[in-house]
Amino acid sequence: MERDPAAGEDPAPPDRRPQGRRGRRRRRRESRTRTVRSNLQPPPPASAHEEGAAQGARRRRRWWWWRPGRGGAQHLADNRLKTTKYTLLSFVPKNLFEQFHRLANVYFVLIALLNFVPAVNAFQPGLALAPVLFILAVTAFKDLWEDYSRHRSDQEINHLGCLVFSREEKQYVNRFWREIRVGDFVRLRCNEIIPADVLLLSSSNPDGLCHIETANLDGETNLKRRQVVRGFSELVSEFDPLTFTSVIECERPNNDLSRFRGCITHENGKKAGLHKENLLLRGCTVRNTEAVVGIVIYAGHETKALLNSSGPRYKRSMLERQMNCDVLWCVLLLVWHGVWVRRYQEKKALFDVPEADGGSLSPVTAAVYSFLTMIIVLQVLIPVSLYVSIEIVKVCQVYFINQDVDLYDEETDSQLQCRALNITEDLGQIRYIFSDKTGTLTENRMVFRRCTVSGMEYSHDANAQRLARYQEADSDSEEPVPRGGSLSQRGSIGSHQSVRLVHRTQSTRSHRRTGSRAEARRASMLSKHTAFSSPMETDITPDPKLLEKVSECDRCLAVARHQQHPPAHLSPELSDVFDFFIALTICNTVVVTAPDQPRQKVRVRFEQLKSPVKTLEGLLRRLSPSRLTGCGSAASLFPAKSSSKSGSSFLPVLSADSALLGLEEKLSQPAQAQAVASEGCGEDGWASQPCAPEGCAPDPCALERAPPPPPPKDPELRYEAESPDEAALVYAARAYNCALVQRLQDRVAVQLPHLGRLTFPLLHTLGFDSTRKRMSVVVRHPLTQEIQVYTKGADSVVMDLLLPCSPDDARGRHQKKIRSKTQNYLNLYAVEGLRTLCIAKRVLSKEEYACWLQSHLEAESAVDNREELLSQSAIRLETNLHLLGATGVEDRLQDGVPETIAKLRQAGLQIWVLTGDKQETAVNIAHACKLLDQDEEVITLNADSQEACAALLDQCLAYVQARTPPGAPEKTPAGGAGGRFYPLLRLPPEAAAPRPCLSLVIDGRSLAYALEKSLEDKFLFLAKQCRSVLCCRSTPLQKSMVVKLVRSKLKAMTLAIGDGANDVSMIQVADVGVGISGQEGMQAVMASDFAVPRFRYLERLLIVHGHWCYSRLANMVLYFFYKNTMFVGLLFWFQFFCGFSASAMIDQWYLIFFNLLFSSLPQLVTGVLDKDVPAEALLAQPQLYRSGQNMEEYRPRTFWWNMADAAFQSLVCFFIPYLAYYDSDADVFTWGTPITAIALLTFLLHLGIETKTWTWLNWTACGFSALLFFTVAFVYNSSCATCYPPSNPYWTMQTLTGDPLFYLTCLIAPITALLPRLFFKALQGSLFPTQLQRARQLAKRSSPRKPRAPRDPRGPLPGAPSPDTSEPSCPGASAPASQDDASPGSWPPGAPEASEEPSPVDVSVDVSVPLREASGRRAPGRPSGPRAAVPERRSGDSRAKPARSGRTASLSSVFSLPHFGSPGWISSLSLVGGLGGVWQLSRSSLHGDKREAEFLPGPPPPRDGDLCGLGQRAADYF
Amino acid sequence: MAMSYNSKDEVDGGPPCAPGGAAKNRRPDNTAFKQQRLPAWQPILTAGTVLPTFFIIGLIFIPIGIGIFVTSNNIREIEIDYTGIDPSSPCNKCLSRNVTPCICTINFTLEQSFEGNVFMYYGLSNFYQNHRRYVKSRDDSQLNGDPTALLNPSKECEPYRRNEDKPIAPCGAIANSMFNDTLELFLVVNGSFSTAIPLKKKGIAWWTDKNVKFRNPPGEGPLQERFKDTTKPVNWVKPVYLLDSDQDNNGFINEDFIVWMRTAALPTFRKLYRIIERKSDLHPTLPAGDYFLNIKYNYPVHSFDGRKRMILSTISWMGGKNPFLGIAYITTGSISFLLGVVLLVINHKYRNSSNTADITI
Repeated sequence: MERDPAAGEDPAPPDRRPQGRRGRRRRRRESRTRTVRSNLQPPPPASAHEEGAAQGARRRRRWWWWRPGRGGAQHLADNRLKTTKYTLLSFVPKNLFEQFHRLANVYFVLIALLNFVPAVNAFQPGLALAPVLFILAVTAFKDLWEDYSRHRSDQEINHLGCLVFSREEKQYVNRFWREIRVGDFVRLRCNEIIPADVLLLSSSNPDGLCHIETANLDGETNLKRRQVVRGFSELVSEFDPLTFTSVIECERPNNDLSRFRGCITHENGKKAGLHKENLLLRGCTVRNTEAVVGIVIYAGHETKALLNSSGPRYKRSMLERQMNCDVLWCVLLLVWHGVWVRRYQEKKALFDVPEADGGSLSPVTAAVYSFLTMIIVLQVLIPVSLYVSIEIVKVCQVYFINQDVDLYDEETDSQLQCRALNITEDLGQIRYIFSDKTGTLTENRMVFRRCTVSGMEYSHDANAQRLARYQEADSDSEEPVPRGGSLSQRGSIGSHQSVRLVHRTQSTRSHRRTGSRAEARRASMLSKHTAFSSPMETDITPDPKLLEKVSECDRCLAVARHQQHPPAHLSPELSDVFDFFIALTICNTVVVTAPDQPRQKVRVRFEQLKSPVKTLEGLLRRLSPSRLTGCGSAASLFPAKSSSKSGSSFLPVLSADSALLGLEEKLSQPAQAQAVASEGCGEDGWASQPCAPEGCAPDPCALERAPPPPPPKDPELRYEAESPDEAALVYAARAYNCALVQRLQDRVAVQLPHLGRLTFPLLHTLGFDSTRKRMSVVVRHPLTQEIQVYTKGADSVVMDLLLPCSPDDARGRHQKKIRSKTQNYLNLYAVEGLRTLCIAKRVLSKEEYACWLQSHLEAESAVDNREELLSQSAIRLETNLHLLGATGVEDRLQDGVPETIAKLRQAGLQIWVLTGDKQETAVNIAHACKLLDQDEEVITLNADSQEACAALLDQCLAYVQARTPPGAPEKTPAGGAGGRFYPLLRLPPEAAAPRPCLSLVIDGRSLAYALEKSLEDKFLFLAKQCRSVLCCRSTPLQKSMVVKLVRSKLKAMTLAIGDGANDVSMIQVADVGVGISGQEGMQAVMASDFAVPRFRYLERLLIVHGHWCYSRLANMVLYFFYKNTMFVGLLFWFQFFCGFSASAMIDQWYLIFFNLLFSSLPQLVTGVLDKDVPAEALLAQPQLYRSGQNMEEYRPRTFWWNMADAAFQSLVCFFIPYLAYYDSDADVFTWGTPITAIALLTFLLHLGIETKTWTWLNWTACGFSALLFFTVAFVYNSSCATCYPPSNPYWTMQTLTGDPLFYLTCLIAPITALLPRLFFKALQGSLFPTQLQRARQLAKRSSPRKPRAPRDPRGPLPGAPSPDTSEPSCPGASAPASQDDASPGSWPPGAPEASEEPSPVDVSVDVSVPLREASGRRAPGRPSGPRAAVPERRSGDSRAKPARSGRTASLSSVFSLPHFGSPGWISSLSLVGGLGGVWQLSRSSLHGDKREAEFLPGPPPPRDGDLCGLGQRAADYF
Repeated sequence: MAMSYNSKDEVDGGPPCAPGGAAKNRRPDNTAFKQQRLPAWQPILTAGTVLPTFFIIGLIFIPIGIGIFVTSNNIREIEIDYTGIDPSSPCNKCLSRNVTPCICTINFTLEQSFEGNVFMYYGLSNFYQNHRRYVKSRDDSQLNGDPTALLNPSKECEPYRRNEDKPIAPCGAIANSMFNDTLELFLVVNGSFSTAIPLKKKGIAWWTDKNVKFRNPPGEGPLQERFKDTTKPVNWVKPVYLLDSDQDNNGFINEDFIVWMRTAALPTFRKLYRIIERKSDLHPTLPAGDYFLNIKYNYPVHSFDGRKRMILSTISWMGGKNPFLGIAYITTGSISFLLGVVLLVINHKYRNSSNTADITI
């Protein structure tokens, strides 16, 4: 499967791209919808599908099918999985066809076939085909093997069992998966895998719900809820497939997992919409539900799971150069030959063989013939084995990367996966890393940190401390070996552990027993238990003040309810607090499970109670419309009991209630329906839905089971959340005793200490989507019976949707104040790097609700553009909100992220963070992970129009250029308006004193402007100057656009890393896409070339493996070109002595098999195993990575030197035998065989010079090669006396071995050929060693010459050189140096990067610093000892700066920026404490700041003063 | 990537057990090979490490070179060009095709006597026996005596495959262009009297060629019988079975023919023609003195600017006279030695600085 080159360029939405051949073929013929009917029903009469199938053509497009047995319209895929490409018969042609898709193969075959033309043939025709056939055979065998393994796994899957309803036996019978057909009814039990895409028709769950786990599909471990098709959930009895007569019309198979649309038409003509909640996808697992029944909609290859699976990607390139080179030679030879032929034509030489007809060839014809022969002779040598070798080497590299134990993640039990097999060397040339933030840099494990309610901030200090402790406990447990530090340090560890013990709670004991969080996480991953439920996330220490308030309102409300008072007397603040927590608890899609019975929801049935309850409930409801439904349904049924219970102030005994639980559930649905109906607008909407009670048919499965255990008594409930934020908030609310205890489709139950259980009828859930950036629930409040909308969303969105408050009345003013306060706190949270969410509510009047409901129901039942209508409907609902508060959730950095970033940056990689988060959050995370340094200047680009953006860019550029020293000649048209901005690639090297690096922060809107055609060059130019770039609020499309821009304009290798679906496009566009197999599912991984478990593994992947792969492959390709040039050179020189007749002195066998057999193995071994620098040294000196970025091993100069050397060597290897055998009686092949031997020896010795590490494998391979050649020569030369024309080398080798001359030439020629290379290598190694050589020397010197014992990768490197402590200079300064042709050899020995590094490094570094300190993950905030300060000293300038770790920064350096103040428009400010120097260059943000400033209640704090000041000054400027 | 999930994991039962259990993990094996930690010799090419190699090469090559050079110098060799381009040359007359047969005589003098076996070669220059179409133009099966190939030679022999509806034996351009001058060597004794030097015809071809590769067509009868239905190559005067009177050296196994069929590697080549065997240890094989060479001049080389030579040479253990190899060895050895010295200087000079450089990295 060749990788479509366009695919990389055009990240088309996945559903647009037809996947696989099947899809493509089908697409043309099929209509847009498909129709499914039951297989059990007889075929519909002709009239039934008259409307659709009037004409034959139409009929063909529409797929009716029925009756599997009759073989009727079985055009649809059955459920047989067949991923094999070939059958026994089709293998050969099909495989050949596929192989010939590779142009090179066609070329080789053509050349080989050219041999069959007698006029031009060079070899025996059969022989010439041998290498090509060999290659084809090897590839075919590989394909065959793969296909066979696929076949086996297919068979396995096809023979899985499943219950399918049989028409004959009138019951479910066991069938194989492959026998399932579309239209079949399948019955799935709990924990079974879904065999096909099934429309859910019945569930044992009385609510018609079913939970599935999609981990197999997208890796998300949380449960997804699926819902029985409307109209079936209300069936009284068990669903009977025989009675199913409805017709399902749905879209044709596509690969969009998140979309499914269709409608079901019942026999009575009623229609109901189908959406993705009704569809069970193949490959998922049924959880929490005893049994479900569904009808198969898509089977086999048409299932979404299979349409989504795609093979690894392939990229190809290279080699054209060599081919062109050879062709050039052929052209030269053609000319020469023509000349020669003309010269000798008339002379009738004895040796000039005339044509068969006796005439002579015309010079032109002869020249053409000769040319073709020459091509054969010269080309057969070259590329066939190169392709194979490169492929083998890459596969081996992939194998070794996969096998690297240092890339294995203990916690998730996953190792790195290489999904793309042939771009390993790209890993070594990356210049730009584009990283997602959430889940990539951070853990995507949200931890509730603090919140603000009603303008009051609750700092949750204790919670913060707890988190800090976790962090330290982590780093302790991950470094089990005491680091020989001081005793006090160890003591502190001990104390932390004890504290940790204290803080363990019941809920996490099982995890904590295992010791570290790491293990706990691994345990939870392994057991596939609840996602997002590590103790760190679940144990939240409540803020005492807030806790007090919560319990107070709880108490008040309880009392009020008890006394039948309306709860209006609560103070606004308390009511806000209460609503806030209610919102936290219910405004989500979290599913509750009990831990002791994971994924097995508790359910009791009371069938016998069903009908009386219904009537009774209806009666009661009518009697007391404002009745409280809280505190257990018992209240509604048995008033006496209820009153007694609600009166009690302790926790209700839930076990007693549990018996009524199911009952209560049943009650609410009709209740809801009734409520809706009573409101006047609802009949229409619900009409399509039969108002039968929900399907609670006696379920055989359920009946068999023993009465389920009582529901959990303790608060230890597990929450299954779709996103970690949700889980964090629910756990937080639980910490405030406001626990979500149950969520069903139509209601949620909240447990409060005093109020008891409150059940909120859930009217609607408007799910989260990324455009709205919010979600809402509509509930009927059980206490007030009001219809309330709780909205939770990004602050930017929610703040705009608030009810405009009038400044007139006191209440309005108060509201305004609260808002400004909240906004303030939100900013504060953002500064701390917390993710912020605003919580708001809205109370709907009945009329409002009714009107909205009508339109919403219309939207819901719409078949066309349902999504759009729904989102419009949601927007109508979510307005005029009342702000309750905001939360700050911390997304913790992953382990080792700052260190990794520091290393990567040292390695010369420019890291861009592209995130959807808000600017402040992103900036702070960037600070936390050391992406931004304290003393860095930050350019912030926030523009709200194209012109503003252009102006800002110009100003920034002017500023950036002003920073560059005046000495540097620079002719940049500063205001290159309209014109091209050309000095994109070249910048004057910055040789001046070190200055703080620049960073660029840009928001999504400005980014959109900056990515416009007219500005992109400027933007890119500016971004290049900056050491790091942060794009906030960027959409997935923007992410990919940025990557594409950098890739195409800067011609640099890019790597994109991300973990979520929003990163997919970016990952696909980048040269190398890395997916993090984290919590957000597998989409990123599926799209990626490499999948790593954590961000920190990127370091080793790039710096060690990337370097190795690149250097190995570069060296191997160089060697290959050398080898072929040299070998072809031998033939070429011979042409001068054979009349340019394309004759070869080397026997055809040797020619053909030389590359393939004799000289391939050693180079493969070297290409796979050679390590130019040991891993430890590479890790210790990340700047070595730059050699790959600058392509030092394979730049044109190296290439041409290599070629020159090859030419020289071929000259030597040709002319030494030539002169030695000049005027002798040696025949062609007696003379050619020594040359072959010489060439082989030269190659081996050359490889010996190039090989850096000699393992026994290298020795063996070299020995084997030489031995093989001589053995083959001996056998070949004695095998047949008359075969192998024209060479017929009978007994040649044997004669040669008796000839001293043979040995003498074989000795001198290789050595003479290699002397210069060896000499220059030695000279260069001594005089101008490259960084790599130096590192190698150091590594060798420091390590004794004995095999190193297996050890911890992060263990101390004995005497390892400490990293080059020079500051990795700003990219703007280093990039030009790396892009001009500064050869590594030209570096003066003393100053390795004098041209690049602004400051000659004079920091002497303690060589004994163990590597662990350098690369160990130090949690920010830990006291850093003197040795731990080493990484900090990267800042490079000699002024000894106190090592500052963490985010606490001083403001002192803010105003002391060099060159400050020259441009009047620019000002320095510290936006907030700890940000360091920030260049704020925005208009819109100024307005924003002003607005913020006026929100401030009192005299603004100093930082805001700065803001104002800036605003003033900036306003002056504009 | 057939399926994105592995059904097996799921089917045989729920979640793997908790940590500590025998949960199979995917941790790669920590072996030296898989972790790329095989013990390895890691040479680093610097002046210091490489210079012994240069000295060793120098020390080995120079003596070898001297040895070869001396040996080569001890070889006696005389070369006589008898093409006749020079108008003063006795063979000048033969350049014109009119004189047939043309016999010319060339006098020459051996300054030193030739000891041991003396090899008599004919040398051709500017003759591209290695030309691609020329090299191909033969049929090894026919030469091996294969009766079918004899009568139906390979297509490679075109256009020298058939002549006058008869297959040519031996076919092909190589055979067709066989060298057909006859050289005779005479020693001038006492000014006018001359004695012919006995020239041995046999033993000039490879043993395997004569006994394995080349064979006459099978049969008991005389060669002429065995070669019936074939015709001689176009350029030949006599058919192949009349090349020699000796049955053992006639037909395809005629050694002159075999030698010719071994196509030369380079356009300037020599081929062994005769061997002058040493008679006794006491007398030199060819004593110093005047000789003359009798040439039956048949072979036309003038048309393609070729030259014909006759070479007399003794041989040593390493073959014929070849001064080049000795010189090459001495040169390479010396250069290597010199480079070694340069490296020594560099190593000496830069040792300190490189060490300090290491520290200041």
